[in-house]
Amino acid sequence: MATRASRNDQTRTNTGGQGRPPLQLLMSTSTPILEMTGISKRFPGVVALDQVSLTVDSAEVVALIGENGAGKSTLMKILGGAINPDSGQICIDGTEVDIRSPREASAFGIEFIHQELSVLDNLDVAANIFLRREPTKAGFLKLIDRKRIHQEADELLRKLGLDISSRTPLGRLPLAHQQLVEIARSLSAGARIIIMDEPTSSLTLTETRRLLEIVRELKGDGVSVIYISHRLHEVEEIADRTVVLRDGKNAGTIERSELTHDVMVRKMVGRDLNEMFKTETTPPQKTTGDGFVVNGLRTQRYPHHSISFTVARGEVLGFAGLVGAGRSEVARSIFGVDEPIAASISLAGRTLQIKTSKDAISHGVYLVPEDRRATGLIVDFNVRENITLPNLLNYSTGKIISSTRETAAAVQAVKSINIKTPSPEMRAANLSGGNQQKVVLARWLACTPKVLIFDEPTRGIDVGAKAEIYGLIRRLANDGVSVIVISSEMEEVLGISDRIAVMHEGRITGILERSQFTEEAVMYLATGSEG
Amino acid sequence: MKKELGIFVLLIVLCVIVSIKEPNFLLAINLQNLARQIGAFGIFSIGLGLVIITGGIELSVGSMMALLGVLMSMMLTEWHIGVVPAILLCILVAMMLSLTHGLLITRINMQPFIVTLCGLLFYRGLARFISNDETKGFGTVAGLDFLRFLANGNLFKIPMPFVLLILISIIAWVALHRSVYGRYLFAAGRNVEAARYAGINTRAIITTAYVVAGALTAISAIIIAFYTNSVSPANHGNAYELYGIAAAVLGGCSLRGGEGSVVGILIGTALIQVLRNLVNLLGIPSSLDLAVMGAVILIGVMADQILTERRNRRQIASMREATASGTPASK
Repeated sequence: MATRASRNDQTRTNTGGQGRPPLQLLMSTSTPILEMTGISKRFPGVVALDQVSLTVDSAEVVALIGENGAGKSTLMKILGGAINPDSGQICIDGTEVDIRSPREASAFGIEFIHQELSVLDNLDVAANIFLRREPTKAGFLKLIDRKRIHQEADELLRKLGLDISSRTPLGRLPLAHQQLVEIARSLSAGARIIIMDEPTSSLTLTETRRLLEIVRELKGDGVSVIYISHRLHEVEEIADRTVVLRDGKNAGTIERSELTHDVMVRKMVGRDLNEMFKTETTPPQKTTGDGFVVNGLRTQRYPHHSISFTVARGEVLGFAGLVGAGRSEVARSIFGVDEPIAASISLAGRTLQIKTSKDAISHGVYLVPEDRRATGLIVDFNVRENITLPNLLNYSTGKIISSTRETAAAVQAVKSINIKTPSPEMRAANLSGGNQQKVVLARWLACTPKVLIFDEPTRGIDVGAKAEIYGLIRRLANDGVSVIVISSEMEEVLGISDRIAVMHEGRITGILERSQFTEEAVMYLATGSEG
Repeated sequence: MKKELGIFVLLIVLCVIVSIKEPNFLLAINLQNLARQIGAFGIFSIGLGLVIITGGIELSVGSMMALLGVLMSMMLTEWHIGVVPAILLCILVAMMLSLTHGLLITRINMQPFIVTLCGLLFYRGLARFISNDETKGFGTVAGLDFLRFLANGNLFKIPMPFVLLILISIIAWVALHRSVYGRYLFAAGRNVEAARYAGINTRAIITTAYVVAGALTAISAIIIAFYTNSVSPANHGNAYELYGIAAAVLGGCSLRGGEGSVVGILIGTALIQVLRNLVNLLGIPSSLDLAVMGAVILIGVMADQILTERRNRRQIASMREATASGTPASK
């Protein structure tokens, strides 16, 4: 404890704080730098981790892979001190430690680079790098040593090949650079293990290459990296060893020599994927002029690219692409919550004027948004209030809500798609992710959808609820609804779609027919190669 | 409901203590007086409560009252406008001003605090300017009996402002707790984005709350102007918005928005007026009255906060137990 308290006053070097054995010594011993054994964690209603183990040697890049909800994030949050495990042991350099907060993790040389960057974009680069560890001048005022802070920051930036001044406000930097600033911060904090959670999810191909190079350089400097990614190609390229999690358990470790795409997928999935998606499919009724047509849609984010596509009645059109490709913007512009720069939208041959979400809803065009807690639901409302919110007028007489009709509708909706809740009066916040998603869906099912857009419909949802959601999506399509599914999960988009539109930086780079569906084809288009 | 109950108990306890220490509290004349003030303050407090439920705030109430009071006096005594047109004009002016607030807040995304703070300054200045900073009254103008009755009269011994408050409360209760509009208002106050994704025209909903608050402020302003019978533009209605905000917060409205009830606001208003009354009756130096009020509000809201936190923690604990014993709380 005393060492941590005095950290602020000490001179810091790039390789670590005081009180740690020198690197050479570490590398010469065979004790792994990190050993997590038998880690378990339950959340209300879910076992997130069940006896999971993970070992990292020094200067090793360990990839952590698994489907969404496999427990990767929970495991890393435990290592990063954000949550405490129910049981299990964490050893660093062979000594058991107790990591109770991110600060303590940092003291052990563990730094976390989150998928959603945790930088302060109102401060400059140097301030971000040295946050909470600002070197101060002598004297009781403890003024920040601005000269030193910038000198050291500039040096770190140069080392990472980042040609910017440490005085640049962080908010002005592109995401990829902000991420490098986080890496610089980790290094200056004396990181020995850097956890990277989906670091490339919003990077372009060139930026990704650069990041992988930096990971290699870090390794050369003796830093270990735990690399969480869905991009199996990156994992193949960078990982010394790959640890696979499935449903909160270890599903195997793959050494570099045996690392292939197929092995990874098999271990990750552990079951026949086709079974999960295959439900009776009627071929889409491709009567022309009968479907949903979007022509020349230009969103605020990518005003120079125009998007055009059609979805037939009964068809599921997948939207694949990297995060930031502009898929959600397309969805929001169609639904009218974002104002498009230009758009011509028609349904069954009739042009739709959509200026607000209210217009979209009146035409039967609905959106299940990507962030259900922020935009899909009002989490403090109960299930009933959430379900009836968009068509409250149907349960009202002269604008006064009929409580019996409203409750009846809610009860019926809960039953029809099997929302697991003790009662419709339960606060939505208390439901599991899958059931929350079903509440959002129930709301739209109650107003007879014609076009239903799903944005990441199964993000953060357990496997069982996922299968149910897929079933519902297919059922909707079979009932003649035009369905759009935006998904960043490769298996999902390949499994659920009749056709896939792939986007890259605001453009549709290709539309794949079912016969052309391969992970490679999607990835190829998603990274910006025209199909 | 629990929130209202707590504050209601506080109100009753306070009343009992005061009536034991000073039996005059229960005199008909004192109770009537109290009810009259609860009426006058309750009406605009309900409006403020609506605004607070949207997650906004309205700081210009007191200044607007001074402006409307001055206007009312000038319309009736100087410009010789009829009583009914004067009342309507007064309400209309208030609604137009609040409409401006609402539009600035929802269309230009200005912060409610800033917009209404500027209103607070602007209307006070305007009131002083158009009245030449002179105290305005209603003199001996004939035909004001109706207005005087509204402010000072009784209906079956119940003061008219209180009667009006009850009528308005019933309408507000239905609107807030039973109508589609009320549900939308809570939705917009809780999570404006999610409300928009549900197809609610949140701008219109929020703006309407400000306009209604303006109309209710105007009704209160007319009653209070005739109750005091003179309007000194520099300090008429000073800090009244704070009484309203305090009443709403005591009554369970959260300044974060999306929470609150008409009954709560009524009890909150009553509590604040009882406090003012108590300071008078118990012979507490009147210089201390704001301090007493501040202390009681602080204690009330603090107790509520502590109890809520404790309840939440207990809930989490029971959920943990439920999971530990193998019966998932929700899945």
